[in-house]
Amino acid sequence: MLNEQLKLNQKVFDSDVEQMPTRNGYGEGLVKAGEENPHVVVLCADLTESTRAEGFAKKFPERFFEIGVAEQNMATIAAGLGISGKIPFISSYAVFSPGRNYEQIRTTIAYNDSNVKIAGAHAGISVGPDGATHQATEDMAIMRVIPNMKVICPCDSIETRKATLAAGKMWGPVYIRFGREKSPIITTNETPFIPGKAQLLWYPIRGKKIKKPDVLIIGCGMLLYNALVAAKELEREDIGVSVMNVHTIKPLDEDSVLNHAGHAGAVVTVEEHQIAGGLGSAIAEFLAKKLPVPMEFIGMKDTFGESGKPSELIEKYEMGVKDIKEVVKKVLRRKNN
Amino acid sequence: MPELNDKKIQYLEITANRIREIVIETLLSAGSGHSAGPLGMADIFTSLYFHILNHNPKKPNLPDRDRIVLSNGHICPVQYATLAYAGYFPLEELKTLRKINSRLQGHPHRGSLPGIETTSGPLGSGLSQAIGIALAGEMDNKKYWTYCIASDGEHQEGNFWEAVMFAGKQKFLNLILIVDRNNIQIDGYTESVMPLEPLRAKYEAFNWHVIEVDGHNIEDFIDAVNEAKAIYEKPTVIIAHTIPGKGVSFMERDYLWHGKPPTPDEAKKALNELRTMGKRIESEHQ
Repeated sequence: MLNEQLKLNQKVFDSDVEQMPTRNGYGEGLVKAGEENPHVVVLCADLTESTRAEGFAKKFPERFFEIGVAEQNMATIAAGLGISGKIPFISSYAVFSPGRNYEQIRTTIAYNDSNVKIAGAHAGISVGPDGATHQATEDMAIMRVIPNMKVICPCDSIETRKATLAAGKMWGPVYIRFGREKSPIITTNETPFIPGKAQLLWYPIRGKKIKKPDVLIIGCGMLLYNALVAAKELEREDIGVSVMNVHTIKPLDEDSVLNHAGHAGAVVTVEEHQIAGGLGSAIAEFLAKKLPVPMEFIGMKDTFGESGKPSELIEKYEMGVKDIKEVVKKVLRRKNN
Repeated sequence: MPELNDKKIQYLEITANRIREIVIETLLSAGSGHSAGPLGMADIFTSLYFHILNHNPKKPNLPDRDRIVLSNGHICPVQYATLAYAGYFPLEELKTLRKINSRLQGHPHRGSLPGIETTSGPLGSGLSQAIGIALAGEMDNKKYWTYCIASDGEHQEGNFWEAVMFAGKQKFLNLILIVDRNNIQIDGYTESVMPLEPLRAKYEAFNWHVIEVDGHNIEDFIDAVNEAKAIYEKPTVIIAHTIPGKGVSFMERDYLWHGKPPTPDEAKKALNELRTMGKRIESEHQ
């Protein structure tokens, strides 16, 4: 059942669940951050409307900088602003920022410890028709390996708004990724959000009592919705699954991961990103050291995406509800052997 | 800026020569690093830190201090030597350049050493950082000036022209770009690696005000900075024509000295030349 303490969206499993693109949350978060702190500035590389930086640009034109199609320049100008008392957010598609401007982010933002927030929109293959050139599925990997960098991947528009605000309040480089498409609203305004603190969204019950889970799903981003649906459906097959939202990939909430992975004894990770280097890798690196348990991974399997409808792509690249259920059963077989 | 008279110019010239000596001593001790660029830029660094800049070596974090961004971070030995000579940190510490546990990293790193404003070195990204620093100053109504020092070779980076384009669009930035036009880079002469001329016309086409000076004429360089400060509505670039390896005859204008330090024998010869000011005075001790 849904974790009541988190005050999640009770309509999440309804067929008419409210849907909203996560990028909208970024736009709302920027405006709020700008209202709260006069040092928040926003830079954009010719994608103001699409990344939803538009609201901020209209409300605070003197704090908004249109850089043009020049992501390297955007990152390095932000590096200068971020060491001079400003809190710059740089907005583009994740393929270009942090893709094209990787070295500038590494050296002038991260090594420099400049207070820059990098917002990567259009992350994952659910970008859809634009095709693989515009589908960032490596961005968390390349940000996660940089010292000083924090990495956040929110699960819905509301959480993206909170993550944007929170990023502005913590010192130093932060990478936030979000998607293009509408996705179901999982959380509510009342759901707590603390960077670096994972949350158990769902746990199995028997009768009215909490049951020991057979498998723990650890996910981030919009695919957490599929994970929740899979967990609910598996309940009918008497497979107990808990679902944890690890919105902050780095720093990892090691205590929660250790606690819940140990409790379940088997783990499936779910992310719209390459399996190599992302959330799954982060969890595997940690559990290999502290508590090796059978693990399986949902994500892109060392391949690029392609054009198509988001739902078709999620299915083709085996990140749908059916795929998650199969992988849960697979890891359970390994656990019981 | 204080008044410039003959006595001050002479003092700056002698200081620049002393800084060249320190650069040679520092590179000899480090055993690696770049020789030509630091020697070529000694007059400009001396002019900046001993005449032009509003700064206080004992209070390196003053909010209104002028800022220097060294985009071509590999010539940092001349900045380190100048900072130490100006009193930012002890001269003896220069011996630790490029060594383990040192504050003097092979390329400049913010927070490591007093007087270093930002992390730089990978070419082409310093001007953008300087723009960011200048923009922040403008937004906060600060009076400080941001100076970016860049090499000619790094104009081959796309990021550099992105920054040139942005600055040309932005007006009233307290930003001065100083280009070290020494015509060499690691692989050879800039005009054979990748032709850069006509450089002045390129900047003018991007809506910049351009001043060209002899980078070893301290008076002309200081005049150029004064002119740049008086120009509104356009950013200014000072294209400083310098001689790589300046002051050491066997290093001058030879691109092979771009990226290597002197051997002990070469350092001895170089120091003798510098101390006799190219045999203009007879003995090192005069």
